[in-house]
Order: sequence, then C-alpha cells, then structure tokens
Amino acid sequence: MTFLWALVWSFVATLRDVLPISIVILFFQVLVLRRPIANWERVLAGFACVTLGLAVFLAGLEIALFPLGEAMARQLASPALVQLDHGGFAPWYGYYWTYLFAFMIGFSATIAEPALLAVAIKANQASGGTIHIWGLRSAVAIGSGIGVTLGAFRIVTGLPLPYFLLAGYLFVIVQTYFAPKQIIPLAYDSGGVTTSTVTVPLVTALGLGLAAHIPGRNALADGFGMIALAVLFPVITVLGYAQIAQSLNVRQLRASRSVGGGGGHLTKGLSQAHPTTMGDS
Amino acid sequence: MLTVALFQGLVFRQPLENVSQVLIGLGLVIVGLSLFVVGLQLGLFPLGEAMAHDFARKGSLPWLIAFAFALGFGTTFAEPALIAIAGKVAAIKALGAAAEQQDALRESYALALRMTVAAAVGTALVVGVLRIVLGWPIHYWIMSGYAVVFVLTPFAPREIVAVAYDSGGVTTSTITVPLATALGVGLASSIKGRSPLLDGFGLIAFASLTPILFVLVWGILWA
Repeated sequence: MTFLWALVWSFVATLRDVLPISIVILFFQVLVLRRPIANWERVLAGFACVTLGLAVFLAGLEIALFPLGEAMARQLASPALVQLDHGGFAPWYGYYWTYLFAFMIGFSATIAEPALLAVAIKANQASGGTIHIWGLRSAVAIGSGIGVTLGAFRIVTGLPLPYFLLAGYLFVIVQTYFAPKQIIPLAYDSGGVTTSTVTVPLVTALGLGLAAHIPGRNALADGFGMIALAVLFPVITVLGYAQIAQSLNVRQLRASRSVGGGGGHLTKGLSQAHPTTMGDS
Repeated sequence: MLTVALFQGLVFRQPLENVSQVLIGLGLVIVGLSLFVVGLQLGLFPLGEAMAHDFARKGSLPWLIAFAFALGFGTTFAEPALIAIAGKVAAIKALGAAAEQQDALRESYALALRMTVAAAVGTALVVGVLRIVLGWPIHYWIMSGYAVVFVLTPFAPREIVAVAYDSGGVTTSTITVPLATALGVGLASSIKGRSPLLDGFGLIAFASLTPILFVLVWGILWA
C-alpha cells in the first residue's frame, strides 16, 4: 500500500512541475507564434512519457534509496565509526569513512540524475557524437563526488564556505583560460545540472546529519553549503577532462602528421572542426 | 545504488531491512528513467527546438525575451524544493518577531524569497538567450557574476549566505533543464554564425548564478 501511495504522490508532484511549463508554452505557441505545434500528438505523447517516467523514477527513489541514504548519513557521523585520538577527541582525519561515503554518494547520485542524462544526450547530438554521453556523465559525477567530500570536510573542520568557493572559482578562471573553447559553456552548465532531484535531498540529508552529530556545529549555519560545492567541482572536472583529452588528441595528431592543428578552428561549425574528444570510460 | 549496498554490507555489517522493497524500488527507478529518456526524444527536445526555430523565423527579440523570462519565472516559482527552502528560511526570520505577527511575517518572507529566486532564474534565461543571439562569450559574464557574489558576501547576513549559495543549485528542475537546453541548442543552430556546442549551452550556468546574486541583494536590502 505504501508503495502505491508513493507512486500516486510522486505523480501528483511531477504534474505540478509540468503544469507551469505547459501553460507558458501554450500561451506563447497560441498567442505569439500562432503556429500549430508540429507533430503535436508525438509531443504530447512525449510529455506523457516524461511525466510518467519521472513519477515512477521518483517513487522508486522514495521507496528504496532515500530512506537508506538518509539512515546511512546519520549512522556515519555516529561515534562508533569515527577514529578517536588518545584524548578521546576526534581529529578531522578520523572521519575517513565519512569522506569515502560522501564521495560515493555524490558520485552515484549524480550518475542517476535524469537532468544530467538529458544534457549529456543533447551535448552528444550537438557535438556530432564527439562528446560521449558516459564520458561527460562520469566527469561530472567525479566532480560532484569531490565537491560533496570537501563539503563533509568543511563541516567536520568548521572552515568557512566562502573560502572554498573563492579558491574554487579562481581555479576555474585559470582553467577557462587554457581549456578548449567549445567545452566552456557545457562545463559551466554541468554544475547546475548536477544538483537536481536525486542529489539535492541525499546531499542535504548528509550535510544536516553530519552537522547535527559533530560537536560544535550548528545544523542551520553549517549544514547547508554542500550543494554549492557540488555545483562548483563538476565545472573543474569537466574542464580538466576536456583539457586532458585535447592534449592527448593533439599529440596523436602530431604523431600521425595529420593536416590541420588540434584546436585551431574550433569556433567554426563543429562538423568541420577538429573536435575535442571526451574519452569514453 | 551499489554504494549503499556496499556500505551496508562492509561497514555496518547489518542486514538490509526488507530487501524486496529495495528491489522493487530499484526496478521502478530503471523503468522510470527509460520512460523519461523516451519522452525526452519524443516530446521535450523536438518541442524546445521547434519553438526556438519559430522564434528565430519570427525575428522578434522582445517576444523571445518575454518567453525566456516567463519560462524561467513560471517553472521556478512552482518548484517544490524552492517552496520548502523558502518556508524554512521564513520560519527562522520570523522567530524574533512578536507572536501575533509571526504568521503574516513568515508568509510575506517566504513569498518574497520565492519571487526573488524566480525573478533571478527568469533574468538568467533572458541574459542567456541574449548571449546566444548576440554571440557574447560566456566566461566574462559568469566570472564577473561570481566576482560580484564574492564582493557582496561579507555584507549579507550570515544565515542568508548559506541559503543564497545553495539556492543556485536547487532551482533547476528536471523538466526545465532539458527544455532550456533544447531551446538554447535550437536557437544557436537556427541563427547564422552560431555553433550549437559553443553558443547553445550555458543557459543553466546563468540559472545557477543569478539566484545567488539576487538572494544576497535581497538579504542585504531586507534583513
């Protein structure tokens, strides 16, 4: 019975998400563009599939994964798993299980994120197949894992969040200067895309659970802020990944003495440009 | 998903409760995700691109801007995650007030915060669309945006700072993201001289920056 309720509830929640979008689209399509939607039966069927699929997906998460993830986040901060030093005091490195778990939660929640999958599919189409769906998803997921781990470290040590963000964004500026130009917008996007239906509740639960268990931390002031780091680090990993892939590519091109430089005319149409290959993984 | 199983087995050494329920949930997750992808290819992607083409053919920039703002504002205002966060923040802020005023105060705070973030995402899509149409490079915009965020941070009340930083990530819902991406790529491919990859992406990046900015400013002015 709980299972059916979860399904109905998540269906209603998803409908509430779809409704404002549909109103905006209908308004502009009918009153401004004054053109019938091409293949409107197909589009309607697609919308139904998206709504139903998302509802089923969320119900599944609700039943299976969220309760487990939240329970584990609470267990991990409990004293039994933390390595104490001689004085019975827990140093920051005593929380290694927490860091490992934080990384894996960030990584696997991001891999499961439907919005990231959608953007990866689109990026694959827009790049003519040179950006691999799995390559992009793994790069983003690794970044998100690192972000959540640093978030856990920050809560354990109590260091202020703006320092981490400032350092991170300075790093992004340096990377942007060196990275292949065409990957930059996509890399910037990947931060916001990561943090959606799956990641936000799990990561927030981890943050609040940690802040509640660690002495001297306030759930409200310290529990938030993990999301901000999970937004930042995918940008860094995607940029870094593109850079590595490009330098490998250029070396290969030099080796085979092929005509045309590795990244010379990236701004032209992509079909002609030498694409930066995101390696498959 | 493997993570959870691994940890439960190795670290806690506790048996999983109701394995069957977890398996059902896992099945639902897989079925739901496949349906979602089918729906994307059938409905959301073609619709977003078709609308982008139609707007480009119509050639009216003001209507395109109005559409971008309405899409960002409408979807964000109704976002459940945002409603939840706004309620929490409002409850904290109303604590100091007299008891009889608390409810009214809490409601007006929550509404103001939701309006702020929704306006921020609407503005983000407008700037993003303008960028695609006019061909501005994205990194100057994003960099200067974050520079302003860092300058503003010390002036904002402390509890607003954490909420502001998180609100950037929370606002982009699973249905808005594919639609905005399809819109961007469609626009970039129907305007001469724009490449889909270089110019079509970046809408979401703006949508995660402006809420931070707007909430910080809101916190400074209001609190």
